[in-house]
Amino acid sequence: MSGIKCAIIGPGNIGTDLLYKLLRSEVLDPVWMVGVDPTSEGLARARELGLKTTSDGIDGLVPHVVADGVQIAFDATSAYVHAENNRKLNELGVLMIDLTPAAIGPFCVPPVNLATLSAQKVMNVNMVTCAGQATIPMVRAVSRVQPVGYAEIVATIASKSVGPGTRKNVDEFTRTTSDAVVRIGGAKRGKAMSVVNPAEPPLMMRDTVYCETEDAPDREAITRSVHDMIAEVQTYVPGYRLKNGPIFDGNKVSIYLEVEGLGDFLPKYAGNLDIMTAAAARTAEMFAHELLDGSLTLSPVLEEATQ
Amino acid sequence: MTNNSDLRGRNVKMHDMCLRDGMHSMRHQITIDQMIDIATGLDEAGVPLLQVTHGDGLGGSSLQFGRGLHTDKEYITAVASRMKRAVVSVLHVPGIGTLDELRMAADCGAGCVHVASHCTEADITEQHIGLGRKLGMDTVGFLIMAHMTPVDNFVAQSLLMESYGATTVYCVDSAGYMLPEEVTDRISALRSALRPETEIGFHGHHNLGMGVANSIAAVAAGADRIDGSAAGLGAGAGNTPLELFAAVSERMGIETGVDTFQLMDVAEDRVLPMMPKPPRADRDSLTLGYAGVYSTFLYAAKDAQRKYGIPARDLLVELARKKMIGGQEDMIEDTALTMARERGLLPA
Repeated sequence: MSGIKCAIIGPGNIGTDLLYKLLRSEVLDPVWMVGVDPTSEGLARARELGLKTTSDGIDGLVPHVVADGVQIAFDATSAYVHAENNRKLNELGVLMIDLTPAAIGPFCVPPVNLATLSAQKVMNVNMVTCAGQATIPMVRAVSRVQPVGYAEIVATIASKSVGPGTRKNVDEFTRTTSDAVVRIGGAKRGKAMSVVNPAEPPLMMRDTVYCETEDAPDREAITRSVHDMIAEVQTYVPGYRLKNGPIFDGNKVSIYLEVEGLGDFLPKYAGNLDIMTAAAARTAEMFAHELLDGSLTLSPVLEEATQ
Repeated sequence: MTNNSDLRGRNVKMHDMCLRDGMHSMRHQITIDQMIDIATGLDEAGVPLLQVTHGDGLGGSSLQFGRGLHTDKEYITAVASRMKRAVVSVLHVPGIGTLDELRMAADCGAGCVHVASHCTEADITEQHIGLGRKLGMDTVGFLIMAHMTPVDNFVAQSLLMESYGATTVYCVDSAGYMLPEEVTDRISALRSALRPETEIGFHGHHNLGMGVANSIAAVAAGADRIDGSAAGLGAGAGNTPLELFAAVSERMGIETGVDTFQLMDVAEDRVLPMMPKPPRADRDSLTLGYAGVYSTFLYAAKDAQRKYGIPARDLLVELARKKMIGGQEDMIEDTALTMARERGLLPA
């Protein structure tokens, strides 16, 4: 295969699910899986699938980056170690796709702003949060029709699909999501909430988006825009569905969504994780196309002495 | 059965909820003057703790839960500055409220925080319990919908909250579903598992009319704090009516430090007149307790009945079947829409 060579940092649930998606890609070629635990199941699985692995963390990857031609890396570790991983790989000219809530680089929600990022020469993009990936396309679907004064999103996630990282950092999750509802969704003010539901069998991810339009909502245009956007998200997350709505009540627009995962590595109820890995893979594919056709070149980021 | 003499001399802290849980019944529209009037009355009656927050806790003012007439900041500041003895507490639900909002509450004079999670998800509270302690607040772990997990897991979750720094852990019967012996089982298990200095609380709802009986069972099994509301003002059929609990406690010799007659007067003269109607186990509230549904779902279910013609009782039973939990208010309209389509009330 002559795709763009990629490394995945973090062989956990997200990293492994992402690996399956990259293996299907025509333009991405996963070659390295990076972990910290030599007994990790995720590293063993990656080896079986033909990847090189290291359990020495980012420092185990760095010496091989140039020789193996790695150009894109995905970070599926935690917000705490992301900055260091990013610095070490950016120095070598590797573009970083960040799946942690660190948010060093600009937010990316593919159907909303992926196209604009390619012009910006970025070396790090952040995938917001699963709640953000699921809801921000809908906020944008309304705000591209008419001004949205306030948008609010509620994500309900099956307890089994919420890892220890998210649990320890619920506040970062909430703040990063509400920030992106404004910056990417296009609402003037935003709020995000999350609920973890332990039901057995686990519930499918559910997301609700409320938008308050500044003037009376154009019902027809908003309904059409919502359906168009659903179709766009479905191109990379086929299980992204409109369950109910849009419902109009005064200036309030309510949109009820369900996200079923592909079930690559994670169970289908974990649509929250699937939409993250699918969005990350889609983002990387766009950059890969540009690298392959020569419209994008990556250059090493030298550490700035100031700041 | 509990032997009354067992409880003679036991000290119990009463915690009033009518200005927080009662916000649900008032659709979050209590005025600042009403808050001050009731809170000062409770303070004078000797109620040591009273909660002031949006019904869904800090940051709860939203389209999902209903907007408050005023901000939490305005309510807390107005009440806290007027308290002579009572401590103002807040409800804080990680996932709804943020750490910044908890800092704001402490700055405005709140001295106690109930950090809440669903009864199986205590590990999302670590940051928030940690901050409560760091701010010097009386920090309580508040495990809601306690009937939804077996006793052994309930205890495990309580131990997590204790390990994060909670100095009190609550069994919260958010659905008003529990019966006295179920309360006894949970509180006794907590008492034997938690450190002796960790206090235990019980928060009841009156949907099956068991608020007072459950609270007494909790005290008998070792609870140190009991939540209730003056005049019962709270979600569903209301909270444990605090003046009833005070009167029963007095007869049983439980020491609460509260003047029962003064508390009765606050309930009758200050709380009752502001209520649109007194909380009562009507058909829908009773369904909450019967089916084990989060009490605050009552209001949106009644709204959905008016809007889509699905009886609130049917809707609540369906929400219970789907195992919806606190915070999932959005699923009420969603479920009503789906049911209305299935029943041919809306076009498919």
